[in-house]
Amino acid sequence: METINYQNFRIDAENICVDYNGKVALYDANLKLKPGQICGLVGMNGAGKTTFFNALTGFVNISKGKIRINGESVRSAQKDQTIAYVPQNEGIDSQFPISVWDVVMMGRYGSMNIFRCPRESDVQAVKDAIERVDLTDHLSTPIGNLSGGQRKRTFLARAIAQRASILLLDEPFSGVDIRTEKLISELFIQFKNEGKTILLSTHDMIHVREFCDLVLLINKTVVAYGETSEVFTPENITTTFGGISPDFLFGPES
Amino acid sequence: MELCSFLTLDSFITDPLTHDFMRKALLMSSLVAAVCGFLSSYLTLKGWALMGDAVSHSVMPGVVVAYALGLPFSLGAFIFGVGSVALIGFIKQKSRVKEDTVIGLVFTGFFALGIVLVSKIKSNIDLHSILFGSPLGISLSDVKQTMFISLLVVILLSIFRKDLMLYCFDPRHAKTVGINVFFLHYLLLTCLSLAAVVGLQSVGIILVVAMLITPGATAYLLTDKFDNMTMISVLSAIISSLIGIYISFWFDLETGGSIVLAQTFIFLFAFLFAPRYGIFKLKKFFAGYK
Repeated sequence: METINYQNFRIDAENICVDYNGKVALYDANLKLKPGQICGLVGMNGAGKTTFFNALTGFVNISKGKIRINGESVRSAQKDQTIAYVPQNEGIDSQFPISVWDVVMMGRYGSMNIFRCPRESDVQAVKDAIERVDLTDHLSTPIGNLSGGQRKRTFLARAIAQRASILLLDEPFSGVDIRTEKLISELFIQFKNEGKTILLSTHDMIHVREFCDLVLLINKTVVAYGETSEVFTPENITTTFGGISPDFLFGPES
Repeated sequence: MELCSFLTLDSFITDPLTHDFMRKALLMSSLVAAVCGFLSSYLTLKGWALMGDAVSHSVMPGVVVAYALGLPFSLGAFIFGVGSVALIGFIKQKSRVKEDTVIGLVFTGFFALGIVLVSKIKSNIDLHSILFGSPLGISLSDVKQTMFISLLVVILLSIFRKDLMLYCFDPRHAKTVGINVFFLHYLLLTCLSLAAVVGLQSVGIILVVAMLITPGATAYLLTDKFDNMTMISVLSAIISSLIGIYISFWFDLETGGSIVLAQTFIFLFAFLFAPRYGIFKLKKFFAGYK
């Protein structure tokens, strides 16, 4: 029965633990996501959101538990370009001498030969991806000259060019302009229709209500997980944020 | 007489070329500069200046031991260069001491070991040439070694050029799409050790880190394209080597120091006058007059 279940889940993380030199960052965390689902990952700074992402991409090793991506190991998910990671704007060196085109092309590296020579299909994929995020006017612009929103869209385009079926987005809405926010939310609907699975971390509670079918509240381990309407309650949020009342987080009217 | 020949630029350049040792020095130093300049753009973007300093100092005992045992000095240097990095990683992981402290601690320890070894092993090791370089006194076997190592580093960097750029820019993405980040990390460290080994012949152990970071830093101020940055870095490294050697020939100055000073001056020039990122933003200045 378990093997049949694997086929249905894009992401299947079971009781995973991650520790850095003996310091526990995440323990007994579970997550099951199907194609076309959008899940919000909510927690305080240091609650293990980035660690969770890192475990799913294989950037850190888990010390316990099991991760299946489309029923396979993380290693083969890497080889198959299954997962795309869209970093936080703060997570990248914006002064790196590299253009929008080059960043998006990096989405294709995993499926190129060892010299990373772009084939025609790669060039086309990059062009299409850049068009979808509306940056065609900025192909050769260095990323240092972009606005925060444009930079975010560049990395989204990289994920699109990669043709990944799972997207992990670290704070996709932080520090972006209205136009980018609108474009991202449109893309989310398209991704959903394409059957992609999205896991996004966010500080903004309104975005969770707006976009996420499911929500995963974590504080070193899973506090609550399920349908947003059921799980995203003031009580759960208070627990997740270590006793801070939701009034403080939402404003008094909600 | 020296002053007379000085009066024409032509003889300023051609006179030194009549000496065999000068031709060799100019060629070898250009080669070494090109290799270090190539690597330099990766090191500056990765933020490995201190790591470069550490590795280049740590090769000292390796050089001494290799000389004493009659082995190629590059072998000893390479072992200690990579060994120092492994040790830094180990101590960092197993203790609460901060990384920059560990780096400083390990490389000074290795360097001190080298100096002690030189004083103990009575051989024909020329401490001065190890510390300050001796591009004018480079031997034939050194020439062969240098050419071999330089070629190796250039080939490695050329093959993995794009992967290394991705590794410096966004290692997490590299890992996510199945690129071997562990391999790239050690590839870059290996190239760093090898470049430090060839670089120390030109300018010596103490200053070799300048060869590894200054050209990259200069290029970083002048362009927003990675490929251009590499080219500018290589070019500025070669030009400073040539300037340094000529200056040291005519004015009888320490060669290694002259090369590094030439690099520093080129950096300062870029720092002040780089079109976009210089102190006096010339691009804006000229744009205002159009």
